[in-house]
Amino acid sequence: MSTNQLKNQHLVWRAAFGPMAENASELQDVSQKELYQILLKTSAKDPIPFNVASNLFDGTLKGIQDVGRLQNFDKDEKKMLRKQSVKDLKNLNLTWLTEMINSEAQIREKMSLFWHGHFACRVINIYFQQQLLNMIRDNALNNFSNLLREVSKSAAMLSFLNNQQNKKQHPNENFAREVMELFTMGRGNYTEDDVKESARAFTGWGFNLQGEFVDRPFAHDNGRKTFLGKTGNFNGDDIIDILLEQKQTAKFITQKIYRYFVNDTPDIEKIEWLSSRFYQSGYNIKNLLTDIYTSKWFYDDKNIGNHIKSPVELLVGIRRFILMELDKPEVQLLFERALGQVLFYPPNVAGWPGGKSWIDSSALMLRMRIPQILTNADDFIVKPKDDDDTMMGMEGVDEKPKEKQVNSIINWTAVTKVFDDTPRESLMQKISEVVLQTKDKISPVILNRYIDKDAKDVYIKTTLVELMSTPEYQLC
Amino acid sequence: MLFKRKEFLQIGSLATASLMLPKFLKAFEGKAIVPPGNKVLVVLQFSGGNDGLNTIIPVRNDIYYKSRPKLGIEKNNALSLTDEVGINPALPAFKELFDDGSLGILNGVGYPNPDRSHFRSMDIWQSASDSDKYIYSGWLGRYLDAQCSGCSKPTQALEVDDVLSLALKGEDNKGLAVKDPRRLYNTSHEKYFKDINAAHKNGEEPVVDYLYKTLSDTLSSADYIFQQSRLHPSSQMYPATELGKNLKTISSLILSDINTKVYYVSLGSFDTHVNQESQQKRLFTELNDAINAFVKELKDNNRFQDVMLMTFSEFGRRVAQNASGGTDHGTANNMFLVGGGLKQKGLINAMVDLNDLNEGDLKHTIDFKNVYATILRQWLDADDKAILGKQYELMNFV
Repeated sequence: MSTNQLKNQHLVWRAAFGPMAENASELQDVSQKELYQILLKTSAKDPIPFNVASNLFDGTLKGIQDVGRLQNFDKDEKKMLRKQSVKDLKNLNLTWLTEMINSEAQIREKMSLFWHGHFACRVINIYFQQQLLNMIRDNALNNFSNLLREVSKSAAMLSFLNNQQNKKQHPNENFAREVMELFTMGRGNYTEDDVKESARAFTGWGFNLQGEFVDRPFAHDNGRKTFLGKTGNFNGDDIIDILLEQKQTAKFITQKIYRYFVNDTPDIEKIEWLSSRFYQSGYNIKNLLTDIYTSKWFYDDKNIGNHIKSPVELLVGIRRFILMELDKPEVQLLFERALGQVLFYPPNVAGWPGGKSWIDSSALMLRMRIPQILTNADDFIVKPKDDDDTMMGMEGVDEKPKEKQVNSIINWTAVTKVFDDTPRESLMQKISEVVLQTKDKISPVILNRYIDKDAKDVYIKTTLVELMSTPEYQLC
Repeated sequence: MLFKRKEFLQIGSLATASLMLPKFLKAFEGKAIVPPGNKVLVVLQFSGGNDGLNTIIPVRNDIYYKSRPKLGIEKNNALSLTDEVGINPALPAFKELFDDGSLGILNGVGYPNPDRSHFRSMDIWQSASDSDKYIYSGWLGRYLDAQCSGCSKPTQALEVDDVLSLALKGEDNKGLAVKDPRRLYNTSHEKYFKDINAAHKNGEEPVVDYLYKTLSDTLSSADYIFQQSRLHPSSQMYPATELGKNLKTISSLILSDINTKVYYVSLGSFDTHVNQESQQKRLFTELNDAINAFVKELKDNNRFQDVMLMTFSEFGRRVAQNASGGTDHGTANNMFLVGGGLKQKGLINAMVDLNDLNEGDLKHTIDFKNVYATILRQWLDADDKAILGKQYELMNFV
């Protein structure tokens, strides 16, 4: 039987990015329902939109009124914009990481990370990407119908899935196909004809360079279409309406959320129950999450400690518990690259597959060293692979792997304070209970060999870092 | 005795030998899988989209020279392979291999509905998926799955890199990324990791056990690879380039008793939008010199007939040059096959028809999955159909 504290930590790890040191001791007594209400409350406010696009980029693009004028840009100007985008995307990445670590709106940011993978989009345009992320953060807990519609009309997605090229004379099916396969119903629930017909309905949907949605009537196919058994002169909005009418859409989304937040092995009965309520609520995301997090079964033993943290979850989780300032925050981007999860660069339109795919030999070795690297006990000597999409053959050509000394200033007092009232003899067990979610624990006999036992604070530090450098800590 | 005394002494000097012994013994169980003389595949990835038309050059084709007034390589400058075909002047070692009967060239290799994004097209090549499907495992990873259920460690497929490519990730088995055997040995040789690994007992949490299995495999493999890599120090001089070092690591392992069947290594970036000539020349020189040393070493040690090296790139480039002295992303491309055991040599199929383009792009004449199927079946003796999900027609080059 899990302790109340373990259950609360379970909620905080799954619904959010794990406990902060300063809250860790409060997790003993509060009930899961109370804790969930606190999490909801702290995510209630609307997010402040990110704005990291550099003035240069912002100004240049806003100054352009239509796509045609971009063609007047010469190659160097285009290249410069792209380079600036790559740079700004790194900023956006770091800005969002910081938000995940420090924001009190934990459920919202965690859910945004989920949607960021669900609505995977790889476009090297800071302006579009930033807009898409802000859209996702705005709607992350609200209504899936609105989220779907806004994302489908975003410049980022229309551009990534080639709908700008989807015209009456030359339909491009990419967008229509992915909307069904990845965003709503999932493979196997529609025919190739449905793809063709809906692609016709989406003809004309496009965007301008300011990132605004543009409906181009001259490119739209006004004919009759038959889609999922219905016939009419459908446009893109009609298709989205029809997709939302399908119970399969609610089921597909619910199953994905269940596997991401509850258990990788789907439980058909629970998913049926959750998805019918999700559907009846008109796709209210918050209701769905409440159904999950206030249920009894969410806290069953079999659902605790078996989720492999994504690289971002791992990194953010460590940084929430050990508060630190990094002299070179960019090192986090190297971790993302070496571990296979660079925000804004999903591997393909289907997002990050997750689960065991995060783990191979080299990834696991690096994951187990990150706590030591971040706390200055170890150097970082891994060279991530090049990315030709962002480097365009120009950067990183002669880059040799070199040791990177990561320097951090850590607020250890915040951590050691958690254990102020814990007597020395139960300290190790206590730290282990706070850090690890698995039933499997590290043997105290082994830990004792590596822990600095001189003073209480170094004892806590070394125990904590050793415990974070384990296979068990990869799970939550 | 399962291992030679020399190896034992090296291990015995490690502080953790007593703890590691059972796992270390385990590391040698796989030895029988690759007896000396068995076939080895080396995959060399040209990252960034190598320009195939300036690699294997149609020296008598007007369309080629018309499309590339600045970038086209003159017949006189190309190294002649046949009357019609030359090879890039920075690849004299390949010309030698060609003359020697140790080089096979496949032309027009690609796939239907080609994608021009680097990452997507590389994904397609590495996973061996159709361009409208998403597969989260790699073809060589699935080779491990098919070949290797019950294998105790991932050394059957090694990538010489810090990060493992999708190509080597299977559903259940994954290859191992090792940039430098000594460094992997040092980083994994943390006593703490070995201690917690030795103390772990499989229990009710399968995911925990999975992670420990990966850890245990890594630790035993790191020792194993490091020991093996030192058994036959290379006698050949390799160029001091990245690829030179990587191929040196590979040859030292091929010449050892390690059970590795597949090696994977990359060279790049070939993304030559600008100033293609100098960039391609630099990379080809690195390629040429490294391959030259590698082949010599294998020949000197009588292993060349057991090794096949295959090159590929995620796409070729457009037929026409662009305005910046470069070329943009294209489609079909050529592949090199290097080895002493080729059944078909030289130009294995016809050059791509420049009269028959698809909006300025080459049409592929060979699906790369046919090449994979052939290598899997005929060279690695594996179940190509199970690995590729479909029976592709086999070719005759091996």
